Amino acid sequence: MRDLFGVVILFGVYSLLTAVIFMNLDAVDVAFTEAAVGAGITTVLMLSSLRLTKRWEHPPRHNPLLSLLVVGVTGAVLIYATLDAPLLGDPSAPVHQHVTPRYVEQASAEVGMPNMVTAVLASYRGYDTFGETVVVFTAGLAVLLLLGMKDVRKSRVDDSAIHDTLVLKTVVKLLIPLILLFGLYVQFHGDFGAGGGFQAGVIFATGFILYEMVFGAAHARTVVPSSWLPRLGALGVLIYGGVGVISMLGGKAFLDYSVLSSDPVHGQHYGVLLVELGVGITVFSIVLSIFYALSGRKRQS
Amino acid sequence: MNEFPGLINYWIVVFLMMAGFYVVISQGNLVKKLVGLGLFQASVFILYITMGNLSEGLAPIVTEGVTTYSSPLPHVLILTAIVVGVATTSVGLALVVRIHEAYGSVEEDEIHAKDLADDDALFHERAVDAEESSV
Repeated sequence: MRDLFGVVILFGVYSLLTAVIFMNLDAVDVAFTEAAVGAGITTVLMLSSLRLTKRWEHPPRHNPLLSLLVVGVTGAVLIYATLDAPLLGDPSAPVHQHVTPRYVEQASAEVGMPNMVTAVLASYRGYDTFGETVVVFTAGLAVLLLLGMKDVRKSRVDDSAIHDTLVLKTVVKLLIPLILLFGLYVQFHGDFGAGGGFQAGVIFATGFILYEMVFGAAHARTVVPSSWLPRLGALGVLIYGGVGVISMLGGKAFLDYSVLSSDPVHGQHYGVLLVELGVGITVFSIVLSIFYALSGRKRQS
Repeated sequence: MNEFPGLINYWIVVFLMMAGFYVVISQGNLVKKLVGLGLFQASVFILYITMGNLSEGLAPIVTEGVTTYSSPLPHVLILTAIVVGVATTSVGLALVVRIHEAYGSVEEDEIHAKDLADDDALFHERAVDAEESSV
């Protein structure tokens, strides 16, 4: 396919179908994230960068036979390797042997929330999640360093990608509050049902991205000025790290939230809420600032 | 043949992974390479989630009267990996945009050709300089 627009849209469809597979394999949180991130944000970001580069691809110049051979051999080796893999749904597979039983049996008693994914994410494996939040933050900074963020607030107010379309504007106006409300729900209900800071941050950013696409960059940047975003991102990481330092000051290990309340289980719950809030703020501001950086850049001919 | 339904997920993963791998190594367009990387990445996600699945298990949210759940650990790893994935992909996209601004192209061979031409010009300039200074 030479049309990269088609390639990107198909990639979005692929992500959505992957989300359905995750749903089918009982991974509701992952399906949620994949649908919001893969099908939503990635597609928008790729289309924004297509606008800055070229839509049409050149026909290939070299022979694909060598790459096909490499791919074929690697694929055959991998298929051979899967013959020893545990079957799908096998309870004796190594994954289900080591720490998983502890998580499944103790999570609701130790961390005090029904959603085990959130409990493992924010409490048992809080270090990993902290690291990943920092990675997201760093990647956002890298994009800003590469592309810069121009303040387009002074440009023409009606300057938007989609021109005067009354129906679209009305529908989007009705949708945005619902999207933001849903984002908040996902953020604070993540302990009980599917959701959490990562998904909420992305959904919240989607609301503003939609606003910018329909009403123009100038309006969007009046609502959320671009200079706030890197600071907000840093604030999220600080909240996360701060909770860890507070638990150290309370005499426990870094990110051991038991000290936050007189009852350790309540303390864990507070800690998870705060940490998820930090993750949500960082993900929201970084996703939105990446979009601002891509959409605010002028196309060079 | 009783292995067949249990392993088919892995074979799909291998197929998708190789499709992504093929796109990355054979396509010259940098945006397409990033899409290929995304294909590859999603196949790894499916691999992890497949391993965490438990037959008879439910989604890992505590429900009354249920004792078997799929393992939450791979879900956690992949959930964060997806978000980190979009962040790193956008770093790639930003690089592609800058490459396009510097070279006027996102095709690998054109960028190479331009680099080689630049090198040649530089080499030529130096040779001329050296000749002049020796005279």
